[in-house]
Amino acid sequence: MSANLSAIFYLISGVLFILALRGLSSPETSRQGNLFGIIGMVIAITVTFLSIGNFSIGFFYVFFFLLIGGSIGAFIAYKIPMTAMPELVAGFHSLVGLAAVFVAISAFLNPEAFNLGSSGNIKLGSLIEMSIGAVVGAITFSGSIIAFLKLQGIMSGAPITFKGQHPLNALILFSIIVLTYLLCSTQSSHFFWILLAVSFLIGFLLIVPIGGADMPVVISMLNSYSGWAAAGIGFTLENSALIITGALVGSSGAILSYIMCKGMNRSFFNVILGGFGATEQSGASGSKEQRPVKNGNAEDAAFLMKNASSVIIVPGYGMAVAQAQHALREMVDTLKKNDIKVSYAIHPVAGRMPGHMNVLLAEANVPYDEVFELEEINNDFANADVAFVIGANDVTNPAAKTDPQSPIYGMPVLDVEKCKSVLFVKRSLSPGYAGIDNDLFYKENTLMLFADAKKMTEEITKNL
Amino acid sequence: MEIDPFIFRLSIFILSIFIGYYVVWSVTPSLHTPLMSVTNAISSVIIVGAIIAGLAGNSESIFNTSSIFGFLAISLAAINIFGGFLVTQRMLQMYKKKKKVK
Repeated sequence: MSANLSAIFYLISGVLFILALRGLSSPETSRQGNLFGIIGMVIAITVTFLSIGNFSIGFFYVFFFLLIGGSIGAFIAYKIPMTAMPELVAGFHSLVGLAAVFVAISAFLNPEAFNLGSSGNIKLGSLIEMSIGAVVGAITFSGSIIAFLKLQGIMSGAPITFKGQHPLNALILFSIIVLTYLLCSTQSSHFFWILLAVSFLIGFLLIVPIGGADMPVVISMLNSYSGWAAAGIGFTLENSALIITGALVGSSGAILSYIMCKGMNRSFFNVILGGFGATEQSGASGSKEQRPVKNGNAEDAAFLMKNASSVIIVPGYGMAVAQAQHALREMVDTLKKNDIKVSYAIHPVAGRMPGHMNVLLAEANVPYDEVFELEEINNDFANADVAFVIGANDVTNPAAKTDPQSPIYGMPVLDVEKCKSVLFVKRSLSPGYAGIDNDLFYKENTLMLFADAKKMTEEITKNL
Repeated sequence: MEIDPFIFRLSIFILSIFIGYYVVWSVTPSLHTPLMSVTNAISSVIIVGAIIAGLAGNSESIFNTSSIFGFLAISLAAINIFGGFLVTQRMLQMYKKKKKVK
């Protein structure tokens, strides 16, 4: 196949990838979009085979490794519970990063195969592009591994900070630039390996100080990085499908990070520099005093809801942890049978990744037209009878609107307190991730339900 | 004077960033998780480079250091391609319009 013809097919697969993302603008077109994505991928892979031409024994091995990876991927895709989606996505990011690093290594060791010059005499432009791809890929890999470990709970979600962290990171970033320069001027493989090692290290150091609840930003950011790594490799390989995809994924991740940061009213740098939560806690614990709360049980909750005409449900990460989404849907079904209007309110940063709560509710067969974003539903709280907060905390804290001293001041929050009564399902009175007390707990019209989210919803259903 | 092909690739890159910007803003927030998993899958088109790398070994020795890295990259990217598209498909199936509960 001629180079021009294959370039055209790569362009077609790039266009199909754009259509794949375009399809996600509504749930109705999204499945078709995914199909476009798959077709685009099939075209890209087929064209690569055809353009290499000479069918050697190597093809057998290519299929073999493709099959191994493919079966592992398919197995994971079918087995993974929806609550574990953040971990899965973090894990997948790390693989993209590592694949980019491997392709860069391969191209560095055998540049002839990629038409980049000869070993020890690689074209300068290609070498720079290759280094960028490898560095970003390595950062994506080690950063995603840390994100994965934190989300999985293997590693503590608490931010890990130490003295001199920021100067150290700055030094390492500077050394990456120096090493890239040295690599390009000497073409020595030593610098290439050191560059990779340093990049793995910085990815690790960048994510370690970021706390568990900032994970939505981290995952989106790593999503973006994986795109830029792919684009870097795309430039090296002079492949337009890779360049287009890299740019799409890169900007997609960047937009998601922006949306997540806005949802927390924090700047991107504030999140990246990390340590949020660790520093605030010390201040908050000093002023802690015992304030009375109204403690309720499932019967009280059921009574309140039965007499309501509209209920708004506010799910949060706690619902995912307790796997309470199905129990919640059952409760809502019972409410609907009693002609009670039910809707769901989702804060942009609820959960551990963008859209996390929406997927869980969709899994539990909640129709997506009952699920609303913050701006859409916030005015409705004033007219609703009951707000049922399950596993959320900071995103409902009125201090974000009233207390300029509060660390979350200015963050957009759900106006839960405007409801006639608030039901708060929570395991204990412990403060949320931000380490601050929630005034909502002590309000006159708030009833605290201390229990596991799943058990509590099941009990309420029984009492309805 | 001829224009360096790099400039053309850079143009594709920059324009694609803009396309990505507008397309992603139009994605409905409730589909942000599938968006992440599908971008994951499509960024694994990096498998194109991995295949070239894997087939770069000559006929006497299919496995040299360079091609081994290529083969490994093929497996990694394949996990992502299959895993990414399938898990997206699985999620999107759940967003089908449901019959209202009576």
